[in-house]
Amino acid sequence: MKTLDARGLSCPEPVVLLRNAMAAGEQAYQILVDNPASRENVTRYAEHQGYHVTCTEQDGEYTLSIVK
Amino acid sequence: METEVKLTKLAACAGCGAKVGAGTLVRMLEGFETHQDPRLIVGYDKSDDASVYAISDTVALVQTTDFFPPIVDDPFLYGQIAAANAMSDVYAMGAEPKLALNIMCIPERMEAATVQEILRGGYAKAYEAGAIITGGHTIHGAEPIYGLAVSGFVHPKAVLKNCGARPGDALILTKPLGVGILTTAAKADLVEQPVLERVWRQMATLNKTARDIMVRYPVHSCTDVTGFALLGHSFEMAQGSGCSIHIRTSQVPFHAEAYPLAEMGLIPAGAYRNRDYAARGVAAGAGVSRAMQDILYDPQTSGGLLMALPEDQAQACLDELREQIPQAAIIGSVTERLEQWIYLDE
Repeated sequence: MKTLDARGLSCPEPVVLLRNAMAAGEQAYQILVDNPASRENVTRYAEHQGYHVTCTEQDGEYTLSIVK
Repeated sequence: METEVKLTKLAACAGCGAKVGAGTLVRMLEGFETHQDPRLIVGYDKSDDASVYAISDTVALVQTTDFFPPIVDDPFLYGQIAAANAMSDVYAMGAEPKLALNIMCIPERMEAATVQEILRGGYAKAYEAGAIITGGHTIHGAEPIYGLAVSGFVHPKAVLKNCGARPGDALILTKPLGVGILTTAAKADLVEQPVLERVWRQMATLNKTARDIMVRYPVHSCTDVTGFALLGHSFEMAQGSGCSIHIRTSQVPFHAEAYPLAEMGLIPAGAYRNRDYAARGVAAGAGVSRAMQDILYDPQTSGGLLMALPEDQAQACLDELREQIPQAAIIGSVTERLEQWIYLDE
């Protein structure tokens, strides 16, 4: 699993980060974001690419687990 | 046109996407003491586009300001878009802009030539609008900001508020949506150059033509669609008018390229703020897709006019608009107040 830290980034940067990582062809990712818009956008991008997404929140930060 | 300066890289938010959420603003303004003045035709109590003050029985002063960080890298284009956007609020009131002041913030490291190009863009648009920029104020800051404070004039009886829509009105929108999604996706290099150039041209287009045609018809209400998106501004129009608004989403003009990008999650944060603000008043039909809703919540920079006028006049007005603005469309209607403020149908 590849872990990506997108905290402090604003849209569309978290999506771009994930997109670039997916280009390398991993099967599973974990991405950290710190705002609801990034959480939504990353989730939608991953689902659009055929991945399954689960999200956990702690102290306003979100951990998105993304698997095929 | 390519330039050395990547202006958009200097800004965290793009264009009207930087706007503070409508709900946040309403809460912050609560409880402030203000003077009552019978000459004040439009104040901030109705969340309208500009303030309007009657100077005499035949002349009212319209005042507004708008500014934002760079939405494009070309400084001349940025200046034009910021100025067109600032003057749009005046057109939305049915008025004509006459005087303007620059509002500018520049990072100390920004080259003088870039600053001059931004200003040249503003002056070019003001000239096209028939308005005069007479000065302004510039400060140093971390992010570039440019816009105008604009004064215009209108007959006090011809002021078009965002709260005058009536049951039986049709709604016309004059510019296609999707600008926020496309400029966000452009930051990820996911938009083709010809598409971007189309969007840039649209943002730099004054709402002057739309206004000049609109004032020849018995329009009841008008607003410009900007940072709060079609649904945020429709929500304000519905609430202010005490009516419900029905939008036929299949009739809403938008840039087709924005749809697949919305599906991919290339959505500006401002669209989520707009959803948080307006969704409680919106009933979306089952056939209205998530991506379509994203486009309706998408913050627009220098968007078009949304006008409400009697249904039997709407087609004639639209026909005239379309001679010069082919994308203009009738997108819905106004009814008496129903359970929800806004209904979205296919």
